Amino acid sequence: MKKFTKLFIVALAFIAAVSLTSCKEKEAGTIKIGVAGPHSGDLASYGIPTVRAAELVVEKINAAGGINGSMIELLVEDDVCKPEIAANTAAKMVGDGVVAVIGHICSGATKAAMGTYMDSEIPAISPSATNPPLTQSGDYPNFFRTIAPDDAQALVEVEFAYAQGYKKIAVLHDKGDYGKGFAEFCKILLESDTKAEIVLYEGITPGAVDYTAIINKIASSGADAIIFGGYHPEASKLITQMKKKDMNLAFLSDDGVKDDTFIKVASKYAEGVYATGPIDTTSNPLAIAAVEAHQAKYGEAPGAFFLNAYSAALALVNAIDVADSVEYADITNALRSNYVDTPLGSISFDEKGDAIGVGFAIYQVQNGVYVELK
Amino acid sequence: MEFNFFFQYLLSGLTRGSIYALIALGYTMVYGIVKLINFAHGEIYMIGAFTALIVSGVLGMYGIDPVVTFMIAITAAVVYSAAYGVTLEKIAYAPLRKAPRLSALISAIGMSMFLQNYVLLAQTSDFLPFPDLLPEFKFLEPIKSILSTNQFLILVTTAVVMVLLTFLIKFTRTGKAMRATAQDREMAQLVGININRVISITFVIGSATAAIGGVLISSQIGQINFYIGFIVGIKAFVAAVLGGIGSIPGAVLGSFVLGITESFGTGYISSDYEDAFAFIILIVILIFKPSGLLGRKTTEKV
Repeated sequence: MKKFTKLFIVALAFIAAVSLTSCKEKEAGTIKIGVAGPHSGDLASYGIPTVRAAELVVEKINAAGGINGSMIELLVEDDVCKPEIAANTAAKMVGDGVVAVIGHICSGATKAAMGTYMDSEIPAISPSATNPPLTQSGDYPNFFRTIAPDDAQALVEVEFAYAQGYKKIAVLHDKGDYGKGFAEFCKILLESDTKAEIVLYEGITPGAVDYTAIINKIASSGADAIIFGGYHPEASKLITQMKKKDMNLAFLSDDGVKDDTFIKVASKYAEGVYATGPIDTTSNPLAIAAVEAHQAKYGEAPGAFFLNAYSAALALVNAIDVADSVEYADITNALRSNYVDTPLGSISFDEKGDAIGVGFAIYQVQNGVYVELK
Repeated sequence: MEFNFFFQYLLSGLTRGSIYALIALGYTMVYGIVKLINFAHGEIYMIGAFTALIVSGVLGMYGIDPVVTFMIAITAAVVYSAAYGVTLEKIAYAPLRKAPRLSALISAIGMSMFLQNYVLLAQTSDFLPFPDLLPEFKFLEPIKSILSTNQFLILVTTAVVMVLLTFLIKFTRTGKAMRATAQDREMAQLVGININRVISITFVIGSATAAIGGVLISSQIGQINFYIGFIVGIKAFVAAVLGGIGSIPGAVLGSFVLGITESFGTGYISSDYEDAFAFIILIVILIFKPSGLLGRKTTEKV
């Protein structure tokens, strides 16, 4: 027992010595970047890919000589996706002297942490917090994200409808969380100006034997376009029955309909249907390289939000590099004013902190496949 | 213009009602004869639709004319579903004929789940496209927006099935045997009616009409999956109860009342509450006529 205690003390002393010396060595030129998110618990699978993405980016940068000679050091902290823990996580990282944070992952935890970062003037880039007010409220000018907010699809959809010149729009949904949420965002956007009018706003019953009544109602509303929030089974029923009645209204829908099963089931009637979907990044060489690097180091395919996190890390590193500074104002300015090539494409950030070039595009069914409209 | 919309909603209500009626008939006939609510009936409808899909897929590969394909497919669906219906009765219900009614009911629910999962495993959980086999009728072209070819077919087929069924039950020996069995099973047996045969025939007819409904509605909406029988089955069951379960004209009337209520509810109020209308009308009618619209009053023997 005595022997063991002795050994333990020696080991402790050794660890302390090593960590002390390493601290001293790095003080000259390290840049500390925090990575926060759930790394244990139920939602760890959302947070771990971000840690790995940050590690891969930092390894690459450090191997190439760091940022203007300064090495980057990552401080990884677990917030378990809980707002009450996230506030402590944030305080700890601020205390440790981070210059910027990649994270947090969950919207609730992000919101809880942002106040702390705001007070200490530290920018944070989330790869995954999609709650719209985080950027839109303007409360957190230090907040950025490399993922589209929840209402981005609706925004893209409504802008597209305006661009096509539709004046009377019927908004339908399937009464589910996803479809109805989307329809409600569209409704709010459409009502916020006078470019188009909502002539019908209704939920349809999924799985009903027949949609003739609601289709008659759409016809009598005089709509020139339909925005449908929901999934492909109902969308294909609606479009099939409408086209059979020679109703050729424009049909706009969401990511739930941008699915090949929709085209398979609705076959010829699917032709010309519009749907929003995430901008395609599968052919981006940076995305391919990032996934390969992950595969090589960890021996498996990357998890949730990996590319978003990889892009966030690249954008942050690039901003520090361009600004040649770790001051708050310089980093945020650089984030807003520079485009950087990432696995998600060439991105920058707008005034509110949402990424420009990330998010949704409009696709149309042409000759039996979804084609992205540029 | 207003009248035009009224007419459209009326027709779409009648279409829905016809579909419900084709399925409700199975519920009500089986209930009339064996006093059992066959909860697996919606699955028979689904199996009919799948059979037609498979048969038309195979025939389509040989380039057979679509109308002929449709005829063969619907016949195959009827035969196959009827076989399923009879087998179902022999396996799951006949052994329980003397058991408490609750046991048979549980057996029916079990069969419903079994058949759903069987089709899920044997086929797929995806939605499958149902082929568009029938040409558009030329004479319906001018009123296409009011009445589509499929709607027209559904209405006509339902009417024909109703007339045939009425004839069968009112004027044939088999019909007479069925009525006798429904009135008093033991007495019917005593006067020499083979009640096992009568029950089998009932399941054949009920399953066949459900299969016809399955094929017609699938070609109207253009897609099927293993779960379609559930919601339709529940609605048709509601229609049968509404009209008075056990009564054939009652099931038809109940189906039309339900279909038209849903259609007008959607048209003039909101489709958000489509299912709510169906159940409100059920509750209202059952408050005033507990045995349903055309149901016979029975004195409960406890």
